[in-house]
Formats: sequence, structure tokens, C-alpha cells
Amino acid sequence: MTKHRKFIALTLFLAAALGLLLGYGRSQVSARLAGELPPLQALVRTLQLTDLSLWTEARYTRHPSQADRFTPFQDFPAALEHFPAGSIIAPVLTLHPQP
Amino acid sequence: MRHLKILEYALSSLVRRRYKNLAIILVYAFTIAVLSSVLFLTHALKTEASLLLAEAPELIVQKVIGGRHDLVPVAYGEKIAAIPGVAAVVPRFWGYYYDALTKANYTLLAVESDPPALDMVQGRLPDGPGECAIGAGVSQSRNVGTGDDLILVDSENLGVSLEVVGVFRAESRLLTNDLVVLGRNDLTAFFGYPPDLATDISVAVRNPREVNTVAEKIKRILPHSRPISRSEILRTYAGVFNWRSGMMLSVFSAALIAFCILAWDKATGISAEEKREIGILKAIGWETSDILELKFWEGIAVSLTSLLLGLLAAYVHVFFLGATVLTPVIKGWSVIFPTFRLLPAVDFYQVLVIGFLTVTPYVASTVVPSWKAAITDPETAMRG
Repeated sequence: MTKHRKFIALTLFLAAALGLLLGYGRSQVSARLAGELPPLQALVRTLQLTDLSLWTEARYTRHPSQADRFTPFQDFPAALEHFPAGSIIAPVLTLHPQP
Repeated sequence: MRHLKILEYALSSLVRRRYKNLAIILVYAFTIAVLSSVLFLTHALKTEASLLLAEAPELIVQKVIGGRHDLVPVAYGEKIAAIPGVAAVVPRFWGYYYDALTKANYTLLAVESDPPALDMVQGRLPDGPGECAIGAGVSQSRNVGTGDDLILVDSENLGVSLEVVGVFRAESRLLTNDLVVLGRNDLTAFFGYPPDLATDISVAVRNPREVNTVAEKIKRILPHSRPISRSEILRTYAGVFNWRSGMMLSVFSAALIAFCILAWDKATGISAEEKREIGILKAIGWETSDILELKFWEGIAVSLTSLLLGLLAAYVHVFFLGATVLTPVIKGWSVIFPTFRLLPAVDFYQVLVIGFLTVTPYVASTVVPSWKAAITDPETAMRG
């Protein structure tokens, strides 16, 4: 009758480790929101930034919010979109502003 | 007590085929780790974008000619400022620069004179001609820091030397990694912009509820314009990382298909040895319900262990190792790419969904074939 005890102990250990990580994550989120978020938001306000600096390979991947949906294809008629990040980014859900 | 004894037998049964079950647990945990990594990463990026870009300009007005973004006359600002409800109008000057030396693209951005001090800048923002502040990615790729000179080639193909007076802190990489911030006159001279044109115009609106009304009025007054509201910016980033995005569709669906194959292999039948074992158990007096409970515990033992191991691996991979395995997938051709230091924001609903999508089918695919064997005559089952 030892195997089930070992299994329950292992499951509890793994669940506790995951719980601790998630709890630590939540405390990290709170700490960073209190400490880092205001200076970062001040940076966005001062420099009037509109996008994340994630993909720097093309204009429309660097500033997806400032580009049109057809931007990747407007180099010439029937142009193919060829930047890898273009296939990562999903199309914007809607182009019409919400009332 | 009876349940614990059945669990004990189930575990003994798994240990008898230890290498096969260990292989299943490893593959299963890896699949869950991949699925969870994608979900954790996209959710963290979405959260970060929504928090940071909540301070983005309320309205950006571009000029569009022939379907392409064009430079906007600064005089448009006066017409926009006359619209009731508009609090401030600021022309923005920025552009892209391809650095042949590092084969990277930089974003050059102008800042107005006498800029405020920012905590996220080691040093300061430029406040005079020939000065610039750079992002951590530019600093690394060009190996320059505060006090050094950054040499760029302008639109006239002439070298321009800029003194680096500030470097953006690593904490702001997600926003400033490829930025080169310089004074307005330096930037317009660098790109050769005509004096009366800006890249676009940023508009502040007094009442947030009136943003769409102001945008409509701008569109009516200036037919060539394209207003982009903050809510559209936020919606873009909510959409960039949603389930339809390429990353989710490619990595997520590949992992899901791998998992389906694993579950299908289990569900399409049990081995002759397992059938014989079920037949013997029935012959010595086990009820069908006991057999089903035995198989249920076997399924739970494998799937719950795999789920917990997979979730732990995904959390460590994304939030401690900066999603190193997924980075090449999403990096594309970006030469300058930020190292992720993501906000460990985990959506518990997503964790529950991962658990439900992975544990339930596996347990079902373990129990259902066993039920078919358990209701057959023990003698027939033992004969195989």
C-alpha cells in the first residue's frame, strides 16, 4: 500500500509547486504594476508611442496599429506578403470604431 | 479505503509497463507544455500591451493618398484644433531607418524641446542639436552607450554623428528596443522632411466618450485623413495575439494534433494482454464498475501527472527563461528583438481549459475501450 501514497504525495507536491509559482507570479504582477508600470506609462505618454517594439522587420509589423490590412500587399498589384511576422499577426478583429 | 486499493492496483499495473507509460507521460507533458507556453506567452503579451498602450495618444490622424500613408501638413492641426472637444493637437515626427551596418531597422522618433525627465532613461532625453537617446537593442547592436557617438547615414547619404545622451532601461525593451529619439529639427533634417509636413498628428480629446465623434468630424473636414483611435490600437493588440493569430494556429494546432494522435491511439483499442488482465479480474469477482474505476485511476494517474509537469515546464519556460523555445518562431526576420521579461499574468480560466481539454479526453479514451472489454464474457476475454 505504498504506491498510492507516493502517487498522492507526488501529485500534491507538483500541485503545490504550480500553486506556489502562480502565487509568486501574482505577487510579481502586483509589484511590477505598482513599481514599473507608472514610469513605463509616462514613457508612452511622453514619446506618444502607439505600438510595441516586437517585430522590426517591416513597417506594418513594427506598427501594426498604424497600418492598413492591405499594407503587406501594396508593393505592387497582387504582391505577396513575405515577412514571417506577417503570418504571426492576426488580422484586426474589426476596423469600425465601437460606438 | 476500497478506492485506495483500486488506485494501488492501478499504479501497480502502470508500473508493470513502466517504460511505455513513462514515454506516454513525457510526450503528453511535452505537448501540454507547448500548448500552455503559447497560451501563457500570448496572454502575457496581450496583458502587457493593454496596460502600456492605455496611455497611447487618444487619436492619431494620418494622411492617406492612393491607399498609402503620406506626410501630413502641419496646417491640418489648426483645423483639427478648431473642432469642439479637442484639447490638444501635436504633430508627430518619426520614420524608419535601415542600418546597413547591422542590417537592422530602427525607428527614429522626434521629441519636443525641453523634454521631461523619465525614470526609464539612463541619462536623459535629447535637448539640443546633435543629441539622441537610444533603445537597449540599438545600444547592443551598435555597441554604443551614454557619452558615445552614434553615426547614421541621412537621406543625403551623408554621415550624421549624434551624441548618445541617454539609453532606455532594459525594463522598457518591449516599447523602446529599436528607438532612436532625437530633436525635431535633427529628425526633419535627417529624413529631409519638408518644413511644413509631419508624419502624423496626435490629438487629445477632453471627453473620452467623444473620441469617435471627433474622429468622424476630422474625417469629414479632412477627407484624405485616417483617424486611428486608442481603442483601435488596443483592439489591434487584442487581435494580434488572439486564437486566430498565426502563432496560435501553427504551434497550438500542431501540439493539439499530436495530443489527438496520442489519445486516438489509446482509444482505438487495448492490447490482448490488457484484455486478458480484465478477463482474469472479472473471473475472480471484480465488477464491471471496479474495472472502469481501475482504468479511470490509470487515466487520471498518467494525465494528471502529465498536466502538472507540462504546466510547470510551460511556466518556467515562459516566465523564467523568456520563452526561448518560442522566440525563433515569433522573431521572424527581426534583427533587433527584445528579450522577453514578461509580466507573469496567467489566466486561470486558460489553465482550467487546458486541464479540461487534455485530462478529460485521455481519461475517456482509457475508460471507454476497457468498458467494451469489461462487458464481454471473462472466458472470451481471457482467450483474447
